[in-house]
Amino acid sequence: MLNVRSPLPKSVVILGATSGVARYIADQFARLGYAVGLAGRNMEELDRLAVDIRTRYTVSCHTFYFDALAFEGHGAFPVQCEEAFGELPGGVVLCFGFMADQADAQADFAIARRTLDTNLTGAISILEPFAAAFEARKAGFIAALTSVAGDRGRKANYIYGASKGGLTVYLQGLRNRLHASGVQVTTIKPGFMDTPMTYGMKLPGPLVASPEAAAKAMVKAVTGRKNVVYVSCFWRYIMYIIKSIPEWQFKKMNL
Amino acid sequence: MSSAVTNGPLAGWGRYQPRSCAVYRPERRAEVAELLDAGAERPFIARGLGRSYGDTAVNATGSVIDLSRYNCMIQFDPETGVLECEGGVSLAEILDAFVPRGFFLPVTPGTKFVTVAGAIANDVHGKNHHLDGTFSNFVESIDLWTPARGVLTCSPEENSEVFWATVGGVGLTGLILRARLRLRRVESAYVRVDYQRCAHLDVALEAMDTSDNDYRYSVAWVDCLASKGSLGRSVLMRGNHAVTSELPAKLASAPFRLPKRPTLAVPLDFPGFALNSWSITAFNTLFYAANRDAKDKLVDYDKYFYPLDGVLQWNRMYGKRGFIQYQATFPKEEKAGLVKMLEHLASARRASFLVVLKCFGAAGRGLLSYPTPGYTLALDIPNRRGLEAFTRELDQILLDHGGRLYLAKDAVTDPETFAAMYGEDLAKFRELQGTLDPQGVLRSDMSRRLRLTEGKDA
Repeated sequence: MLNVRSPLPKSVVILGATSGVARYIADQFARLGYAVGLAGRNMEELDRLAVDIRTRYTVSCHTFYFDALAFEGHGAFPVQCEEAFGELPGGVVLCFGFMADQADAQADFAIARRTLDTNLTGAISILEPFAAAFEARKAGFIAALTSVAGDRGRKANYIYGASKGGLTVYLQGLRNRLHASGVQVTTIKPGFMDTPMTYGMKLPGPLVASPEAAAKAMVKAVTGRKNVVYVSCFWRYIMYIIKSIPEWQFKKMNL
Repeated sequence: MSSAVTNGPLAGWGRYQPRSCAVYRPERRAEVAELLDAGAERPFIARGLGRSYGDTAVNATGSVIDLSRYNCMIQFDPETGVLECEGGVSLAEILDAFVPRGFFLPVTPGTKFVTVAGAIANDVHGKNHHLDGTFSNFVESIDLWTPARGVLTCSPEENSEVFWATVGGVGLTGLILRARLRLRRVESAYVRVDYQRCAHLDVALEAMDTSDNDYRYSVAWVDCLASKGSLGRSVLMRGNHAVTSELPAKLASAPFRLPKRPTLAVPLDFPGFALNSWSITAFNTLFYAANRDAKDKLVDYDKYFYPLDGVLQWNRMYGKRGFIQYQATFPKEEKAGLVKMLEHLASARRASFLVVLKCFGAAGRGLLSYPTPGYTLALDIPNRRGLEAFTRELDQILLDHGGRLYLAKDAVTDPETFAAMYGEDLAKFRELQGTLDPQGVLRSDMSRRLRLTEGKDA
């Protein structure tokens, strides 16, 4: 049987485009000739990044005001993108996220809530409308940055971990649902990257990926229609070991 | 908003005597503005990709603002070839974006991992200095943040005094936030190179004198361990950008595509004994023996201009204690000084691997800009006991023969020696620096070591 699919537009929307690695993801797509949409709250920065992409590559680049916590506007967002690109974009990559200090999140529920609202509720709220639109078109890709922190809860960052773990499970289900309509869902689990989020932290150098290299691996996974990818790839093995430790032992550990 | 800071040992590319520094690395425009306004601990100095060899971009008292992530491009005009970009854009990024569109850097140093702002602040030169001069010759204008006068647009026409102080001014006049740079149009990513072995220094200098002008690019690698009859034996590597008609059909169909090659890295510090005078003699002898005279060899730009960039972190080869790079220029009529220095290097056996020799053209107008007409030598010296005494001997040869040192490389000289080399220009620089930065907001370990500024620190 022939698998008849409408040709996928070579365009992508980056949600949370001013965050850490997002700029490099946008750059990698532009390098491959994708038209790029940069979405976020800081319009001054978005415009700066868009000008950069247009100067480096001869691709079009749009900017969109987007707030992950302004759920009510999310339903109309894919249409807004469609108007700017002239058609529904080929795919969407979710890069936004909020990470607070674990102690602060424990002490102040507002911070814990913001973590969950941004990383999980906000993600579901914006990805559902895209999922519906791509499902109707029977083509598209959805990728999202979760975290290795979502693979197993640890006392050092379990509230952030819970939000990312929730997102990971959500993406699993979404992938299962959209498979029938030919829409690819890619779960990206970054480890440490050399971005403002980790700048100034004491981390073991060899475990920290440059954002350029990380973005390259991520975009390769997305265009290669992978399901789950760890960046850098060795995190798959580190997390496999961490997940294999029995709970009675794990609860005593300081990881 | 407050910017994150790291605290840790910081040094130049030579990894010579690291000092503990507070380093900011802003990424957003507002973050940069906030750091300059009041956020960053003062005094501070800008840093790019850290390829200056010494303490140019190190500042143990105060802080360092790493602008390597302040690297957006702003516009490009394919008619004029003028690129406007933020100071943190690297030369590698420019090549990456514009070689496929038929443009090359007008001047490039031996590494592409430097920022545009760093290239201007050190007024870098390349293998085409004899024809094209330094990097600043191709800078249309810059936006410079200065402590006293805010952001100034400077060019050879506008605020020209500030412009010529900033060119080569190692970051002490301000932070170069933006630059407008004229790229060179090329027909391919290849250089057509002639290789010529010269058995003695005289042969090399003679060849440079008579035929450098036939080539846009000219450089020689000298075996600094050879002495007497083969003193200064070298391999001249001179070339021009290849035009499409000179390419074989296979390359002509995609003239801007580079061959794929793996990137190597030095994963750890070499032990101290790895480089010794035997291993180096063996390497140099092999290099000379393995090179054959060749004409019209097509070499891609990465291989011709950036042979060491293919080995990431090659500076680790010199071990934990690091090394210095010594670059010296002698005026043309002081060839005797050059000979003396080569003889001294050959007998002391301290220098490592090959020495780069080039003949400079006319001097530029940057007050502290390094190149002056004559012969320039650049060499690595591993950091072993007695290093400083040895460089003092080299400095003395330079002083005796009217030569000078290069700030981008220097890590060890003293203020008197430097002042004797730059004379009036240094006095002018210090005075202008004082008017742009009366509070002493801009300082570096280098500025303190060489007394490049007058007045106190902030």
